[in-house]
Amino acid sequence: MSQRMLSLYASRRRRNRLAMGLSIGATVFGLAWLALILMALLLHGFSGLSLDVFTQMTPPPGSSGGLLNPIIGSLILTILAIVIGAPLGVLAGTYLAEYGRFEKLSSVVRFINDILLSAPSIVIGLFIYEVVVAPMGHFSGFAGALSLAVIVVPVVLRTTEDMLTLVPNGLREAAASIGLPRSLMIRRIAYRAARAGMVTGVLLAVARIAGETAPLLFTALNNQFWSTNLNAPMASLPVVIFQFALSPYADWQRLAWTGALIITLTVLALSILARSLVSSGKSQ
Amino acid sequence: MNMSAAVPITVSASAPPPPAAQGTPREKITVRNLDFFYGTSRALKSISVPLYANRATAFIGPSGCGKSTLLRILNRMYDLYPNQRAAGEVTLDGQDILSPSQDLNLLRARVGMVFQKPTPFPMTIYENIAFGVRLYEKLGKGELDARVESALRRSALWDEVKDKLHASGLSLSGGQQQRLCIARTVAVQPEVILLDEPCSALDPISTAKIEELIDELRDDYTIVIVTHNMQQAARVSDYTAFMYLGELIEFGETPAMFTTPRDKRTQDYITGRFG
Amino acid sequence: MSEVALQAMPMTETPATYRQKVLGRLRLSDRLFFWLTRAAALTVLGILGAVIVALMIGAWPALQEFGFGFLVTESWNPVTEKFGAIAPVYGTLITSLIAMLIAVPVGLLIAVFLTELCPLWLRKPIGIAIELLAGIPSIIYGIWGLFVFAPFLQQTVQPALIELFGPIPLLNTIFAGPPYGIGMLTAGLILAIMVLPFITSISRDVFEAVPPVLKEAAYGLGCTTWEVVRYVVLPYTRLGVIGGVMLGLGRALGETMAVTFVIGNAHRISGSILAPGTTISATIANEFTEAVGDLYTSALIALGLILFVITFIVLACARLMLMRIDRKAGNK
Repeated sequence: MSQRMLSLYASRRRRNRLAMGLSIGATVFGLAWLALILMALLLHGFSGLSLDVFTQMTPPPGSSGGLLNPIIGSLILTILAIVIGAPLGVLAGTYLAEYGRFEKLSSVVRFINDILLSAPSIVIGLFIYEVVVAPMGHFSGFAGALSLAVIVVPVVLRTTEDMLTLVPNGLREAAASIGLPRSLMIRRIAYRAARAGMVTGVLLAVARIAGETAPLLFTALNNQFWSTNLNAPMASLPVVIFQFALSPYADWQRLAWTGALIITLTVLALSILARSLVSSGKSQ
Repeated sequence: MNMSAAVPITVSASAPPPPAAQGTPREKITVRNLDFFYGTSRALKSISVPLYANRATAFIGPSGCGKSTLLRILNRMYDLYPNQRAAGEVTLDGQDILSPSQDLNLLRARVGMVFQKPTPFPMTIYENIAFGVRLYEKLGKGELDARVESALRRSALWDEVKDKLHASGLSLSGGQQQRLCIARTVAVQPEVILLDEPCSALDPISTAKIEELIDELRDDYTIVIVTHNMQQAARVSDYTAFMYLGELIEFGETPAMFTTPRDKRTQDYITGRFG
Repeated sequence: MSEVALQAMPMTETPATYRQKVLGRLRLSDRLFFWLTRAAALTVLGILGAVIVALMIGAWPALQEFGFGFLVTESWNPVTEKFGAIAPVYGTLITSLIAMLIAVPVGLLIAVFLTELCPLWLRKPIGIAIELLAGIPSIIYGIWGLFVFAPFLQQTVQPALIELFGPIPLLNTIFAGPPYGIGMLTAGLILAIMVLPFITSISRDVFEAVPPVLKEAAYGLGCTTWEVVRYVVLPYTRLGVIGGVMLGLGRALGETMAVTFVIGNAHRISGSILAPGTTISATIANEFTEAVGDLYTSALIALGLILFVITFIVLACARLMLMRIDRKAGNK
């Protein structure tokens, strides 16, 4: 090789090293944030984690208390949202994957669903405010659950469709070949084959709404007191964190950190669970 | 026998005497001038062929000749997909199954199918069989158990699985899975059984078992089998049809087809010169 | 159908009529299920339509009152009921711009690392970690940003920036002090961390879809890894990368809670990115429940409508690009 080519090669190699060094640096940079955030959560939130958090109501400033009512509120809102949103998402996903796979309508729905999937959640809150809260004249847990359900639908729809698409056509044909009507084939065979993936979709949806705050601000609002009345404002963990974190009181702020830790751990556990379900479903 | 005009010359020249000497076999399914289209491409060209009750008919031919396509018309499996269309006439016991008013589920319950790759449902061995039965018949627990057992016995699987009926169907070996699929088909009590290259994914021992099975099933059912294995066709079938490029080239009694084929192309194929 | 009955079936014990009856019943439930799923699919379309209509109706009083001026007025005064959207729109765009300037190169580099450099055993854990970062709820970023990140920036990065760019014209306006800690830059940085995982995971997916022969051919010419990425992988995946970036942008534009904590909620346009500002979503989150008067509420909903329109356009472009990729891949 000529001297010129060698020196050109050396500069190319230098450039390559630089680029590769940067990409390693970027990865470290990206992962550092995860570590930093988790560390901060543990540092500020762990000390406040006690039985009181799960047994006491939210306190007025300056006295001790817990997060029982927002935790229960979040549970109620999440469950209700899933109960409303998941069946809708599953059914719509079923239509796209099983009946209308090649239809024009399906590609439109798929497109719109993808947009709903990343639509700003605060806009969903405004929407529910307009169609539920304003006509009813007051904030309510029901409205909060509805706004979360609107977020659940696209997540569940997407995973349901993806998972049903993975079910081999051979299985559908086999079901048809013993005279199974289409709806039974879907409900008894395709759903069963795609079960792990569909459960994953629901888990991901739970993880998504468990920490969702913006749509609750003006639908479920908040409630200082114990309330399971769906027709009245209802406390939720994210909204309480929002309110307490921005307050000037140290003990409220500490509770906010503890709440943040609880939410994060829940969400991380859910997404890890969901992931392991998918991989076990695949290895089957 | 009403197979004069429509059936290819090779057959109409001499209606084959039944191999089992019990009188003329009855035509269970009659295919007349059948065309099939994937979108605009024509995959089958005016096929006419009789399928006899209690006989096994084998379809042979090189890949892409349309033999599987023909099979999937007989239970209208193609209806699951858009842009696929059949034209012509296919009758089952004299009744046109291509007509839009045909109830597909009923048709498929009467015309069962076994696929190339074993397709056990994601449930237990027992459920795999009981599932289809329960759909159409109200049976007591005992009767259902008996039906499952008899289906598994028929498919020569009973001895291998009787102790693990509640294990997943997916836990069986490939050959066992395929016999489970045959048992599942038999349990619904169809009249016709279609087999789409049922042994191509199996080892020789499992293949031998399934061939034996087909031989027995012939007593009760009309068997139609698609295979690319000519020895298999020779072993299991009473009649053989040779297809090539979407056309039915020759149809006749199996021994005659393999010893004295009339068409040059059939001869080339069975002597291994192409395909 | 008498043929069925006449047909000598093996083990016959089922009257064909029973099968007919069953099938009749099944046919009905079959139709029902079909229409149920179809109705559900249509409901998804309906939700989007209803969102647009509800926002338009809610925004109507404000739009009628202020007309086009709403879009270009800076004043936001609940007392005199004069509202203009330009400050929050500006804040939304600037914070998203900061976020994308950081997240796009970093996200792409991480994707390069994951697909080209990373040892196989490490790929999965890093991939999962990045996706966990995406799963952390935005309120967590908010509380962390307010109590940890903003004070850190205030004490270290911001003074340094002010000092560094102080003597340079133009840049000294962009980085004009004092260091508040909270403000547009902080919000932009937090948004960058939030959208980073989205850009990384989509880029990684499209990078992985590059046919290996293409890369092998380039390596065969003696290309370095960087040259393969630069001249083969990136051009080949351009559309997908842009789609992923737009998806990240859609997230950044609409993000609420993380920004609300650290933006400062100041309704003015400031040349300095260190200054407090506001975004559309932060304004709505902060003021909606306290808004008195129909016009105030309506102005906030009008802001939401603007946000929805912007994100809709960005997300639609992103999806169209990603769909083109899928189609390209599907045809092969």
